[in-house]
Amino acid sequence: MDITLQNVEYRYQANTPFERLAIEDVSIDLPAGTFLALIGHTGSGKSTVLQHLNALIKPTKGTVKIGDTTITPNKKQKNLKHVRQRVGIVFQFPEHQLFEETVEKDICFGPMNFGVSEQEAKARARRAIQQVGLSEEILLKSPFELSGGQMRRVAIAGVLAMEPDVIVLDEPTAGLDPRGRQDIMNMFASLHQERNLSTVLVTHSMEDASRYADQIAIMHNGKVERKGTPAEIFSNPERLLELGLDVPEVVNLQHKLESAFGRKFAKTCLSMEDLAEEAMKLLKGGDSL
Amino acid sequence: MNELVRLQDISFQYDEEADYALKGVSFSIYEGEWLAIVGHNGSGKSTLAKLLNGLQYAQEGTISVDGMLLSEDTVWEVRKKIGMVFQNPDNQFVGTTVQDDVAFGLENHGVAREEMVDRVRHSLEKVKMDQFLDQEPHHLSGGQKQRVAIAGVIALRPNLIILDEATSMLDPRGREEVLDTVRELKQDHQMTVISITHDLEEAAKADRIIVMNKGKLYREGSPAEIFQMDEELVQLGLDIPFPVKMSKLFKEKGIPLTKYHLTEEELVNELWTSHSKM
Amino acid sequence: MMEKMIFGRYVPAQSIIHRMDPRSKLILIFLFVCVVFIANNVYTYAALIIYTFAMILLSKVPVRFIIAGLKPVFLLVIFTLILHLFLTREGAIIFELGPITIYEEGLRQGIFISLRFFLLILMTSILTLTTTPIEITDGLETLLGPLKKVKFPVHELALMMSISLRFIPTLMGETDKIMKAQTARGVDFSGGPIKERVKAVIPLLIPLFVSSFKRAEELATAMEARGYRGGEGRTKYRQLSWRITDTMMLLLLAALSVILILLRT
Repeated sequence: MDITLQNVEYRYQANTPFERLAIEDVSIDLPAGTFLALIGHTGSGKSTVLQHLNALIKPTKGTVKIGDTTITPNKKQKNLKHVRQRVGIVFQFPEHQLFEETVEKDICFGPMNFGVSEQEAKARARRAIQQVGLSEEILLKSPFELSGGQMRRVAIAGVLAMEPDVIVLDEPTAGLDPRGRQDIMNMFASLHQERNLSTVLVTHSMEDASRYADQIAIMHNGKVERKGTPAEIFSNPERLLELGLDVPEVVNLQHKLESAFGRKFAKTCLSMEDLAEEAMKLLKGGDSL
Repeated sequence: MNELVRLQDISFQYDEEADYALKGVSFSIYEGEWLAIVGHNGSGKSTLAKLLNGLQYAQEGTISVDGMLLSEDTVWEVRKKIGMVFQNPDNQFVGTTVQDDVAFGLENHGVAREEMVDRVRHSLEKVKMDQFLDQEPHHLSGGQKQRVAIAGVIALRPNLIILDEATSMLDPRGREEVLDTVRELKQDHQMTVISITHDLEEAAKADRIIVMNKGKLYREGSPAEIFQMDEELVQLGLDIPFPVKMSKLFKEKGIPLTKYHLTEEELVNELWTSHSKM
Repeated sequence: MMEKMIFGRYVPAQSIIHRMDPRSKLILIFLFVCVVFIANNVYTYAALIIYTFAMILLSKVPVRFIIAGLKPVFLLVIFTLILHLFLTREGAIIFELGPITIYEEGLRQGIFISLRFFLLILMTSILTLTTTPIEITDGLETLLGPLKKVKFPVHELALMMSISLRFIPTLMGETDKIMKAQTARGVDFSGGPIKERVKAVIPLLIPLFVSSFKRAEELATAMEARGYRGGEGRTKYRQLSWRITDTMMLLLLAALSVILILLRT
């Protein structure tokens, strides 16, 4: 399913003394199958963009197209359920949304809201719980007796069980320890591949953006500052640094090596392997000073 | 170096049926050092912080702070010496504005009003939040809230400040702000700092690291020593700093590095020197 | 959804009303509640309306914003009006249609009482819009101070209030967040039959409770770590200062009551 944002503007609390412009003139294309990373500082408008992706808020200007549904400022939208079923959002700290008596019920909650039968929902719950790397026994436990990391996974399973075509992740690994972070990101990466999903990842981690995404959009002060592939974005890190954003460690090291050796590498390396190889060429090249 | 805190054979369980959250842990904290305590979630590192501040009491073992044995009688004295910054910036902000929050601890200790005004200003200057005196917490970023929390702690002039995963809920900018603030405080005021964290980059900059695993003290040493553990750290659910990973990769590719480097600068330097010799 | 609510919100500005001592504002509101009951005819109500709108103008809070924020209250006001219209059976009949009869006294009382109600709400809104919640708490704590002698837990109450106030925006943000998360999981908070709506509230309320308890626990821990052990031996950072304006404003209200008493029938 394709999603398009066209010149979208959003103001919080329009027409009150608290009015605040969150995003303006944001255009983003999300053809089916894309893995897009949205990066930018807190308050740059990333979360607002994210909420447009499944019509949680209505633009104050511009158009949002989600599949066949078009959302414009003035049109009343009655039933958005079919949109929300196809776009699953994993919010930041999603464990805060758990509420049912058992993990199973909580995972089934989403699918059943969208009209899936109980039997089918339970089958999905079993699949989802395995996908997030937990055992089936956990299904009968109360979500509130689990550890923080397990709760996070259960909440994610609740979104996966809706079997969306587009999955939107708002810093899904915030607050986890390094192993937990890696597990979760790897899981989303493989889901993206296997199910041919579109994935939108809102993140502060340039590492994750460069490793998993095929498109990156940089948000700054409510606008899309730049868009491109990771290689495009990171081949010119000065702008990122100007905005106070990080660059991936690999890119950073490449930069340092280049200035130490006074030579440019042939390409922008995005993985450690790449960088090691390129650096080896430089070291073994021998044509030094 | 003077010993500031000593933990001796500490064991603790949250309730009798539960596993030990800490088992037989002993170590010392020295004046003026930055000690990082690392470990995966549930390794017992946060329980340690709670014990140090008398928020929980160990079933076995003793803790002494500045020569004073921590017990229910001395706990209020100990809390004056140990300031804590917790994980969630929202859930430790008591005051309705920045200055009220910093004053909260001072009010609790019965500091006179004129002195309070002074200390509130000074502490906020030190964390560079003196422009935000009347700001309400929901208008502050996570990093700013944590800096206010630090101001609240240093206003009480403690000997030791514990950061209990104080940066784990922050964005990279907030994390930098907080760590820079703490670094400055340590430098200018010889503050002793314990940071409980799973951020290995943060730990790499500490003077000393303690690795916790399953409630036990697993290893203790300088960052250089700890990060030579390499894969062992990954086994413990932790990560390896990027320069170390790269050093390792270069070594595997046959570049004779003398050691795993902790900073990119060191690594670039050695690569450059070895290259010039080739 | 809660964006338009104005109750309990503070609009920062530099106005006479903003700068008043919270104690005098609280006394003012308290007295106003009594003064309102003096009014009983068109002239007295006109005086009250003029006074209230003068206060709004002085407060520099945009009128449009107050009106928009009070929309939910209008319903209550209209309800009061209707109740009086139909239930009062005094005076001349001015309207009759089938079973509906409206008496003159009903109309009069309906208008006056709903007007009274409305003015009270307006004045209270001015108080909350121009006074930070913590100032209100401070004001209350000092005004209630004497009650400490009879073991009334004034400090605890004030602390409870200030913490609740401190957490209102946090919890509002959280409510909004959880609502959005559940909406994304297919919950419809806005429409449907009553039964469905009640059901929709559960996935919102339970997470809110859970997180509030967690917050409360963490906050208590943080407070303890910062040396909080009850009101005893505590000093106070915040100070209130009574200015001439405060005395003047109270005198103005006194003048209003005199006028009302003179105009009263």
